[in-house]
Amino acid sequence: MKYIDEFRDGELAKNLALSIGAEVQPGRSYSFMEFCGGHTHAISRYGLSDLLPASVRMVHGPGCPVCVLPIGRVDMAIDLALNHGVILCTYGDTLRIPASAGLSLMKAKARGGDIRMVYSTIDALQIARDNPQREVVFFAIGFETTTPPTAVAIQQADKEGLPNFSVLCCHVLTPSAISNILESPEVRQWGTVPLDGFIGPAHVSTVIGSRPYEFFAEEYRKPVVIAGFEPLDVMQAILMLVRQVNEGRAEVENEFSRAVTRDGNLKAQDRVAEVFELRREFEWRGLAVVPYSALKIRRKYASFDAERRFDLDYRSVPDNKACDCGAILRGVKKPQDCKLFGTVCTPENPIGSCMVSSEGACAAHYSYGRYKDMH
Amino acid sequence: MAEAQGKIRRGYVRPLDLKQGRVDLTHGSGGRSMVQLISELFARHLGNEYLGQGNDGAVLPAPTLAGLPGRIVMSTDCHVVSPLFFPGGDIGCLSVHGTVNDVAVMGATPLYLAAGFVLEEGFPLADLARIVESMAHAATDAGVPVVTGDTKVVERGKGDGVFITTTGVGVLPDGLNLGGSLARPGDAVIVSGSLGDHGVAIMSKRENLSFDAPIESDTAALNGLIAAMLAIGADLHCLRDPTRGGLAATLNEIAGQSGVGMMLHEKAIPVKPVVAAACEFLGLDPLYVANEGKLIAICAAADADRLLSAMRAHPLGREAAQIGEVVADDHHFVQLTTAFGGKRIVDWLAGDQLPRIC
Repeated sequence: MKYIDEFRDGELAKNLALSIGAEVQPGRSYSFMEFCGGHTHAISRYGLSDLLPASVRMVHGPGCPVCVLPIGRVDMAIDLALNHGVILCTYGDTLRIPASAGLSLMKAKARGGDIRMVYSTIDALQIARDNPQREVVFFAIGFETTTPPTAVAIQQADKEGLPNFSVLCCHVLTPSAISNILESPEVRQWGTVPLDGFIGPAHVSTVIGSRPYEFFAEEYRKPVVIAGFEPLDVMQAILMLVRQVNEGRAEVENEFSRAVTRDGNLKAQDRVAEVFELRREFEWRGLAVVPYSALKIRRKYASFDAERRFDLDYRSVPDNKACDCGAILRGVKKPQDCKLFGTVCTPENPIGSCMVSSEGACAAHYSYGRYKDMH
Repeated sequence: MAEAQGKIRRGYVRPLDLKQGRVDLTHGSGGRSMVQLISELFARHLGNEYLGQGNDGAVLPAPTLAGLPGRIVMSTDCHVVSPLFFPGGDIGCLSVHGTVNDVAVMGATPLYLAAGFVLEEGFPLADLARIVESMAHAATDAGVPVVTGDTKVVERGKGDGVFITTTGVGVLPDGLNLGGSLARPGDAVIVSGSLGDHGVAIMSKRENLSFDAPIESDTAALNGLIAAMLAIGADLHCLRDPTRGGLAATLNEIAGQSGVGMMLHEKAIPVKPVVAAACEFLGLDPLYVANEGKLIAICAAADADRLLSAMRAHPLGREAAQIGEVVADDHHFVQLTTAFGGKRIVDWLAGDQLPRIC
């Protein structure tokens, strides 16, 4: 496949692995957090850690949209589907997130909720047009990558005067999550999570650009290399990070220059700014309540805000006590450190959200890498 | 009175309106309409001497193989597919191929099929006719007649157009034993052709997803290919068709049944570029996508080349390839060396493959 195979070339990977091997200094260890679930997935799916020297450790970050969505938010969506009779449109991955009372959107669907998987906000708008008698709610989740399409959908609905369309907005912000990790006691005070640098998001950065990371590099002295989601991108980024660490640099470098600029997609940023504003606080699974870390719909578009329209209240629901998703999302623990991992918590029966999406650290390790723990 | 009687045409029944007509509840109620649907549609297309017996069951000759008695193999499969018509096929031919293949991968010669239809009230008769015609073609091509059947009609909203259940009977020669528990470390793992074609063809026509991919379902009856494979007398251990759950599910099944592991080589696995591209686009893994005209063969390593040559000589096995080996592994993992150079598990699928968000 043109433009894909080039980024999965085994020979190039071998050469990069040799370069990384030659670059790492003996007696020194390197811990890099890949922020995005897309990177976690690539690392696991292509068996990338097999190619890295033992002294390079990858720490999975919280950049998996499904993983950081708290139970209370999924409960709101289920409530809409089961008790308000709406057609709830959702991205596929979201269907299996465990919620309260043993439910998930998938299970709520089996109980009669009209829950439909969509591939884009365009589909959700079409469902609203096709069902003028029904309320149609789009369950909007994700980082900056999925936010612009939601903004466009709301503006489109406004333009068309679609009175039955609204959005349950759960969009979150990448920089806030990175700050939260860097400010966490595990990283800042105790040093229990050694973090020598970040692989910066791919798709998110196409929207927000590389500029927002400059603060982290400067303020926290952590190198950031923005990388694409292909395995060679990740290898190249690791090499660049190792070099920065060795040379004592902490800069933002852009490996993904074929898609990411310093300023990002200004048009998309404008649309987002027109429709959304910062939420004072938002609960993340794993990171608890993070101030100014998410978006809500501006008053101007209030009629498209499902929280207002259906008078929904957010109720925080604690995770299963034995579930270590929180610690795993902050890089404090590895999936295999969790007592539930691979026992009661499996992709078929996820207890925590990290076991749901194939981008989740637990699901990725379970599905692709658990043989390494067993031999 | 006499005049009116004179107008009644003896034995006349107004023919089914196969252009505009629709299935209604009378077609399943046991009355004249049902008999008419059976005779004008099902019997007309699928008719053969056994179906024509018109009794509650078909009386069939005892199965033999070249005059020798064999063991009976029986398999059943329910077919529900949306959309009912897709590039390269429809639910009709699919329901024949699916069951013929399930019987054939046992090493048996498929002989007869039974078909049960659940029709939804309101379903266009024209579509039903297309489906039954397609079944008839598939059955004729495979050389396996539909010898008995049944039809029920459910109220509108309680079905999805048409569901078809087919049951197949075949005969297996004494001495030939194939099965999922017979894979042994060292065996070769072979596929008959490119993976994921059917699933991607279906997905490309789903209502909320339609995209233009020049890809057709691979739906096909494999009994001819299997006969050619058996004819060379290779040391075959297991045949299976990787339908739902794709290659990954089927190999995990076999690994579990046989108490072995598998080591696959990503580079050797045939996937058409257009299927790979569609999967990439949708965030799916072709190893988990359904096939309806492919088989997996596990055979003694020494016979792998011979078997591959026999397969490649058949139109349905032209792209046959060895994709890996059976290995000893107490955990029964199916593993893959990636084209990238790393290793990973090819695990069971958890539920449906759902597209990722990021």
